[in-house]
Amino acid sequence: MRLTFTLTRFHPERDAHPRDEDYRLEVNRGMTVLDALIRIKNEQDGTLSLRYSCRSAICGSCAMKINGTEKLACRTSIRKELERHGQIRVAPLGNLPVIKDLAVDMSSFWSKIKDVTPWLSRPAHNSTVQPSPQSTSPQDSDQFHNVDACIMCGACVAACTSHEVSRDFAGPAALAKADRFIADPREPQAAKRARLVQLEQPHGIWDCTRCNFCVEVCPKDVKPMEAIIRLRRAAIEAGLTSTGGARHITGFVELVQKEGRLNEALMPLKVIGLNLGRLLHVLPLGIRMLLKGKVPNPLAPPIAGIAQVRTIFTQLRQRTKPS
Amino acid sequence: MPLRYALYPGCAAKGATPELHQSTMAVIGRLGIEVVELAAASCCGAGVVGEADPEAALALNARTFAQAEQLGLDVMTICGTCQGVMGAANKRLKQEPAVLERVNRVLERDGMAYRGTVQVKHLLWIVVKEVGLQRLAEQVRVPMDEFRIAPFYGCYILRPSWDLGFDDPENPTSLEKVIRTVKGEPVAYAGRTKCCGFPIILEKEAIAITMAGTNMKDAKDEGADFMVTPCPLCHMSLDIYQERAGKAVHANLSLPILHLPQLLGLAMGVPPKDLGLSRHLVPVDSIIRVTEQRRTQQRLA
Ligand code: SF4
Ligand code: SF4
Ligand code: SF4
Ligand code: SF4
Ligand code: FES
Repeated sequence: MRLTFTLTRFHPERDAHPRDEDYRLEVNRGMTVLDALIRIKNEQDGTLSLRYSCRSAICGSCAMKINGTEKLACRTSIRKELERHGQIRVAPLGNLPVIKDLAVDMSSFWSKIKDVTPWLSRPAHNSTVQPSPQSTSPQDSDQFHNVDACIMCGACVAACTSHEVSRDFAGPAALAKADRFIADPREPQAAKRARLVQLEQPHGIWDCTRCNFCVEVCPKDVKPMEAIIRLRRAAIEAGLTSTGGARHITGFVELVQKEGRLNEALMPLKVIGLNLGRLLHVLPLGIRMLLKGKVPNPLAPPIAGIAQVRTIFTQLRQRTKPS
Repeated sequence: MPLRYALYPGCAAKGATPELHQSTMAVIGRLGIEVVELAAASCCGAGVVGEADPEAALALNARTFAQAEQLGLDVMTICGTCQGVMGAANKRLKQEPAVLERVNRVLERDGMAYRGTVQVKHLLWIVVKEVGLQRLAEQVRVPMDEFRIAPFYGCYILRPSWDLGFDDPENPTSLEKVIRTVKGEPVAYAGRTKCCGFPIILEKEAIAITMAGTNMKDAKDEGADFMVTPCPLCHMSLDIYQERAGKAVHANLSLPILHLPQLLGLAMGVPPKDLGLSRHLVPVDSIIRVTEQRRTQQRLA
């Protein structure tokens, strides 16, 4: 069949704005979007820039926006895209600067990976600390979840909604990488703690909104958001509980354990604590909510059967926490 | 035969967005839905309890499902976040017998157990699939044909798609279908499947309101008269924080935000006072003026 491919073209040194260009191509059912792009480049327009290598979802270089979603072009079937969207539009990854056409500048992606120190720290030679195990067992590797499967394609970072508005956010790929070292038994506890202290800083683990975009788009099922959640839990368990994000979790759990439900009237106090300036900042909204009947009664009694809810927390918390 | 469900209202509909609960109760009868409210249900955990304590969050939800199971009913949610969290929890409880057993050991102390027979469905899905758009169309008294309506899905009702299995997160259609059925014109805009920032709005307000503001500005730029959402938490960041969000993106938004059942109610001719519309921070007068005019014309005709 003959199909139109709409590609976003942009040559930053020459063009003021990106523009869409249509290419018509005879394709067959089994082709991938990358197959088509390579043919367009070879047969119709040699000036088209894109990045690829392995053509089999291994090297991570061909991630781009296909019909609005971040995907590996080499793993995306034309037929399925047509069924889903009725068209094929290809654009470069978002959230990263475009070098030309479909190729983006990955330097910020790589520097964020470097920022999380993606290698094991070992105790110094003269250290008196008990040495950590030298190797990992198969059970330990389960703890890395699927994080090691990451092919550094950048799809998650390009799809990240928090990154979209805050470019300094460490982002899903780098944070998933960091989680792998927190889970590694070979790394000493002190080094892990140092990692968590760095990760709880602004632009770290607490900037994630848990929107699930990274989980949805990752071609390797890394589930970066789940990794971020594990890091948050590790931070809280390591006693790093003073950030707004950590207080949000501990305060929320406290309220649910006590009342069985979440009372939004009490959440700001839990998250902000006694910081007068911050409280004054949320107060005007609180007053407007009160006038509109949107502030739940802070003295409402707990839900029926609250004893059972409390048992759930005491019983299952003991079980999930490593003793 | 009415469709019967165990209604799980969620904390937001019982707390900061009571108009969601009110409007739900005001519209379901006309759609042939009957509910028994799960009054003793706890919070679903909103993904937050699960961050601290995954198994406790599963158990809270198993407890809720067990209550619905005893009634022999499926659960109806009215919160996109509840749907995401409870749907995923239910899936795990059904697929991992060891987890279910551990959870049940705690529930059994109070003579309760979850057998894994319940399904969890959002009102939006129920309207589209079980009530049917045909029946909704028959109930429309006040066609919304003067309005361009921006659907805002929110994260948890779409992603991860394998836990939800309803809409395609790349190209969801259920809200658009509902909007078309009530004769409104759905607005296509970049933010419709994005995030409103709510989960971090208390601790990282600048990031969250920029997200909310960008999405609302997108919708407005595409000509939206108002927005509709199936998630009360989205409603909070889009409505309660709208003024601040507008400042963050340098736009005057004044974009009314409706909960899904409020849109259904207006279109079915339910009086606005039964839909809790006066509880919004962003006034919805511009919509009510039009719909009320239509309603009076009809009464006279
Ligand atoms: S879940 Fe967090 S890290 Fe993943 S895309 Fe959303 S904001 Fe980014
Ligand atoms: S986590 Fe997934 S999406 Fe992100 S860079 Fe790695 S492979 Fe790509
Ligand atoms: S998601 Fe929110 S509204 Fe829904 S039950 Fe949980 S806390 Fe309550
Ligand atoms: S859009 Fe907002 S409230 Fe809604 S699901 Fe996402 S984060 Fe939650
Ligand atoms: S070309 Fe290597 S992942 Fe697509």
